[in-house]
Amino acid sequence: MSLFEINNVGKSFGDLKVLHDISVKVEEGEVVAIIGPSGSGKSTLLRCATMLETMDSGSLIYLGEKAAQNDAQGRTVYASPAELRRIKGYFGLVFQNFNLFPHFSVLRNLTEAPVHVQKRDRKEVEKEALELLAKIGLSGKENYYPQQLSGGQQQRVAIARALAMKPKMLFFDEPTSALDPELTGEILKVIRQLAAIKMTMVIVTHEMGFARDVADRVIFMDGGYIIEEGDPHDVISNPREGRTKQFLARFSDQGMDID
Amino acid sequence: MMFLSIVRQIIGGFGTTLLLFFFTLLFSMPLGILFAVARMSKFKPLQMFMQVFISILRGTPLMLQLIVVFFMPFYVFGLKLSTGWRLYAALIGFSINYAAYFGEIFRAGIQAVPTGQREAAEVLGFTRMQTFWRIVFPQMVKRVVPPVTNEVITLVKDTSMAFAIAYAEMFTMAKQVAAQMSNILPLFVAGIFYYVFNIVVAGIMGMIEKKLDYFE
Repeated sequence: MSLFEINNVGKSFGDLKVLHDISVKVEEGEVVAIIGPSGSGKSTLLRCATMLETMDSGSLIYLGEKAAQNDAQGRTVYASPAELRRIKGYFGLVFQNFNLFPHFSVLRNLTEAPVHVQKRDRKEVEKEALELLAKIGLSGKENYYPQQLSGGQQQRVAIARALAMKPKMLFFDEPTSALDPELTGEILKVIRQLAAIKMTMVIVTHEMGFARDVADRVIFMDGGYIIEEGDPHDVISNPREGRTKQFLARFSDQGMDID
Repeated sequence: MMFLSIVRQIIGGFGTTLLLFFFTLLFSMPLGILFAVARMSKFKPLQMFMQVFISILRGTPLMLQLIVVFFMPFYVFGLKLSTGWRLYAALIGFSINYAAYFGEIFRAGIQAVPTGQREAAEVLGFTRMQTFWRIVFPQMVKRVVPPVTNEVITLVKDTSMAFAIAYAEMFTMAKQVAAQMSNILPLFVAGIFYYVFNIVVAGIMGMIEKKLDYFE
């Protein structure tokens, strides 16, 4: 049984079809990177997977539990809100713009959902949150407010906030795109640490070198289709498809360091 | 001595003005939240009803609205209007009218909270109620303090409109005293009361604004 499964997703915004019959399975402990030009549908796919966007057709399954499935007409039908809230406990999402809660301290950003959604003991949750902050190198920042932190620190807090829910897997939506280049390193380091402890992750990214090093599998998307998928060294260093080659060539043209 | 007796009489009216002021705030703010939420409802008929309702409340004189509320029991239910009813009629009229203004301010404040905040809360599994009260509401409050301050200051002065239904607040008293004495001094004294009270109100609102400075 796969940890995560999204099958035959179709999604349109008005007349524009942004996802064509996409299927992705992720096994426990796997790190999957999704790459592709902007407008390729990779972020929409992530938003469908995390239920921020509803699918027109297709099914969504976490640990064998159906969050959404097709009805007889091939239209997506979602489970009940309570059921969906429970399934949302299986995954965490890290946003491009962090989306920390500005009115909460760092500590409360981490503890609010475990205490009020998962109804766990506050003392225990706070203890774990402090341990998490130590792991990401933010000990002593628990009483700071998000605006007092750098972008890189905010994104690390956002990762910790997702981890505080003890999810089975994490989604990252271009986690370094809103950061200055010198700050991306600290985020990539945290993701590497998570990969080392076998955290299941799906990462939408433009960091090709990082995707190749850290991912077990790379998916290249364009125009709402999966063009190529496989071992990162094959897809990024020796792409088979013309469209993939073209996309990756543009990255080296811009002097971006793929190695 | 004349001055002191003027002040004493006006202080009597100031109490009723305070009463009207505080209870109007107490009722109109929660009602304003309700108005804002209803106005943003996905249920079209409710949304449209609120739009028209708020438009009428903002587009007609408060004085007229007070009169309508005051005479409503008589014309609609044929009830006899008691003296005590004046206060309740004033409170109802003011609260609903101010709720319309607060509602629009709150709506703007709610809509100014970035979508990402709601999405982050949604992914963390918060219910819609939790998302509103824990995430959206506190951020809305911070944003609406300056426009709410404006309304609150206006309310201090607007309480004088209760004279339309002969509710004996401070301005009504001041006018009576002025008429008895054939002297406008009582009106000036009332003006000083309004001004000092508003300085206090503005000071308190400024403190609230400062207190919310800890986040962006």
